[in-house]
Amino acid sequence: MAERATNTGAGELHALLAEFDDVDAVSGAARALRDAGYRRFEVYSPFPIHGIERSMGLSPTRLPWIALGAGLTGTSLALFFQWWTNAVDYPFKISGKPLFGIPANIPVTFEFTVLLASFGAFFGMLILNRLPEHHRPVFENPRFRRATDDGFFLAVEVDDPRFDPRATRALLEQHTRRPLEECRDSGQTRELPGSVRAALVSVAALGLLPLAGVVWARSQDSSRPPIHVVNDMDSQPRYRAQAANPVFSDGRAMRSDALGTQAFGELPRPGTITTGKQGDAWTESFPVPVTPAFLARGRERFAIYCTPCHGQSGYGDGLVALRAAELQEQNWVQPSSLHDPLVRARPVGQLFDTVVNGVRTMPAYGRQIPREDAWAVVAYVRALQRSQNAAQADVPPTERAKLGAQ
Amino acid sequence: MTVSDTSRLVLDEPYARPILVDGARDLASITDRVCGVVERPTPPRAWYVAITITSCLTLMLFAMVGYLIATGVGVWGNNSPAFWGWDIVNFVFWVGIAHAGTLISAILFLLRQKWRTSINRAAEAMTLFAVCCAGLYPAVHVGRVWVAYWLFPVPNQMQMWPNFRSPLLWDVFAVSTYATVSLLFWYMGLLPDLATLRDRATSGLKRGLYGFFALGWCGSARHWQRFERAYLILAALATPLVLSVHSVVSFDFAVSQVPGWHTTIFPPYFVAGAIFSGFGMVVTTMVPARELFGLKELITLRHLENMNKVILATGSIVGLAYATEFFIAWYGGNPYERFVFLNRALGPYWWAYWLMIFCNVVAPQFLWIKKIRTNLLFMFVISIFVNIGMWLERFVIVVTSLTRDYIPSSWGYFKPTAVDVCTFVGTIGLFLTLFLLFCRFLPMVAIAEVKTILPAAHGHGAHGKHGGEGRPGREVSHG
Repeated sequence: MAERATNTGAGELHALLAEFDDVDAVSGAARALRDAGYRRFEVYSPFPIHGIERSMGLSPTRLPWIALGAGLTGTSLALFFQWWTNAVDYPFKISGKPLFGIPANIPVTFEFTVLLASFGAFFGMLILNRLPEHHRPVFENPRFRRATDDGFFLAVEVDDPRFDPRATRALLEQHTRRPLEECRDSGQTRELPGSVRAALVSVAALGLLPLAGVVWARSQDSSRPPIHVVNDMDSQPRYRAQAANPVFSDGRAMRSDALGTQAFGELPRPGTITTGKQGDAWTESFPVPVTPAFLARGRERFAIYCTPCHGQSGYGDGLVALRAAELQEQNWVQPSSLHDPLVRARPVGQLFDTVVNGVRTMPAYGRQIPREDAWAVVAYVRALQRSQNAAQADVPPTERAKLGAQ
Repeated sequence: MTVSDTSRLVLDEPYARPILVDGARDLASITDRVCGVVERPTPPRAWYVAITITSCLTLMLFAMVGYLIATGVGVWGNNSPAFWGWDIVNFVFWVGIAHAGTLISAILFLLRQKWRTSINRAAEAMTLFAVCCAGLYPAVHVGRVWVAYWLFPVPNQMQMWPNFRSPLLWDVFAVSTYATVSLLFWYMGLLPDLATLRDRATSGLKRGLYGFFALGWCGSARHWQRFERAYLILAALATPLVLSVHSVVSFDFAVSQVPGWHTTIFPPYFVAGAIFSGFGMVVTTMVPARELFGLKELITLRHLENMNKVILATGSIVGLAYATEFFIAWYGGNPYERFVFLNRALGPYWWAYWLMIFCNVVAPQFLWIKKIRTNLLFMFVISIFVNIGMWLERFVIVVTSLTRDYIPSSWGYFKPTAVDVCTFVGTIGLFLTLFLLFCRFLPMVAIAEVKTILPAAHGHGAHGKHGGEGRPGREVSHG
């Protein structure tokens, strides 16, 4: 009965099970087994018995060290992560606080330490106890159900080197009057059948696919805008520019200023400098002194406001115009070349008026360009026109020789 | 107290084990009594009535939350200048209540207050349910609930991280850690009792379900050894944790510069208030529950009296904190601070302030009288006062400071909407529904733990039971 049965299944003897009346009896039996050199025996009780680990000769558990290790891991992880996120990966100055400083980072560090130490204690307890383990040979004995109610049990495994069918039985019977039972392992496995396991593994693997997809997508570069699950800011209840709006009688969503509205600094002042006119005619001369600094200012403003359509040299070949041509935009009107004889013939007053108030499809720039700057732009346009339509006679005699040499 | 009163004090003898449960003295009767609540075919009729009402309230809560998410936080009364309203009041209220469970489980465990074993399971469950109610508010008050994950440091397409220097983020970590650790603590304590239910189950379904969650617990000494060690570690971890959680909640206020909030007294004052309100709620629920489920012999008058003593002590601390706040407001010389406190007592919310003083400071003082603190009706009424008072305390702190701060032109008056009220009533419904379900399907009393305080658990010597049995104390004579 005691020999190691071959792995043939039902009825294999696993342990000798004894039931006891009370705490004292089971502790006494445990002490006796310990003193007799037994190691592979176990006491079962409905509550922790004070001092039973000494009676059984158990060594202290490693659990506190696991919890300590987990807690210290939490401390260092939390500190490192707070430093890396807030001081390195996404530094963000707020309220003049240092990017990383111990006082402000203590609460999260503390909480995370407690969290991981608790995980260490709880899951460490489960792992050291090898839980969950739903099938145990002792569970097959119906009397054993009282181990979670009011029964005290002691099981000596046949694997113990000191186990002897008669001697062990005699030893246990000294401590209990109740009949001993043989605890048999029917060998029936409660494990799931292979097909079910395979299905579960497949489902779990399939469940990881979306996650893998997200990780893959996030590791790729793409010129397309990112996919938002919730398009909060992308669809806002508002009218786009130039859209129709039935609320207004003119059907336009964009509203013009109320009649008579005048922005600060925009009051029309009489005089050539704001109108470009002398009397009823366009002025032919600049109302402001033209200096090299003034011209440089004009060149800068021209580069900002005019080059997108008119181009750096003023031929009407700016980037916007080139793109419109490439896209073959139907409604696009080619910007005028500033070197067209008609444009060159215009008085500076009229050019000034074009900049400020626009002409045909060219919008008015009066709101963006102050009047003095508009004159500077016109001065630069004049210089540009001169440069693109220069004759050899315009070159100073001292420089003319160099031209011929080239 | 006269000399003749003091001459015959009955004290618990430190080395004798006091009898902490009545009637049921042997192991099997404890099991029968606690499991009987779960195993009876139908619960008492009062249970059906109660759960019908509370589940209707819970449905109302879900409807309100759904309406809020679909519409926006404008359905609440929060508006300039009170951008924090009942959402934060209720959040702090429920988090405070959640403190009693872990306090009973962890701190009283470390202090070896064995009487805790009868009530710790139910109190821990209440902790979890209160945290559920509390956690709901921050989750839905952010407005766009679907991006609430921004609260957590999750890698995202914006390539941004949350600001770890903000008390609002500390709050996220404190409350979620507290919820997780409380759940682990509660579940771990449940393991042996789930195994008991598994082994007593008559139907295969029950056996399977309880067995699944019992994880195959078999009560072996090696398992108990690690279990007890893990329990001790969790208690030692939960003790500073429970103190930290409400401290961090108080930082939400104290780290700001709003007058009436920017004070260093907040952490201890909030923690005392949390324990106070938590014990108030434990008494409120345990008084009817022990009657309803026939657990009077396990949850004795002595337990209730002890809890009332904790309420008395923490209520007095809270009263002292109110007085200290007033004193510091005057002594600190800051005119805004002085104004805020005068405004609390004499301003438009005077009714809330004085009701709070009555509920939190005056009402618990009646518990000095033994006849009152051992009378079920009186203690129930006082515990209700404590619940109301602690809700009002959070209301007074949040609303009076926000509606009247530095600039008088920005002053206002906070009015809750019907949605505010229904949401709050709904969380009470959720809390009670979860508690009623817990009472019906899980052991309300920690069976294995109560067994350890029975004389049968302490065999000294080879024969006989513990010598102190039947001798709860010794009489001390003060000549």
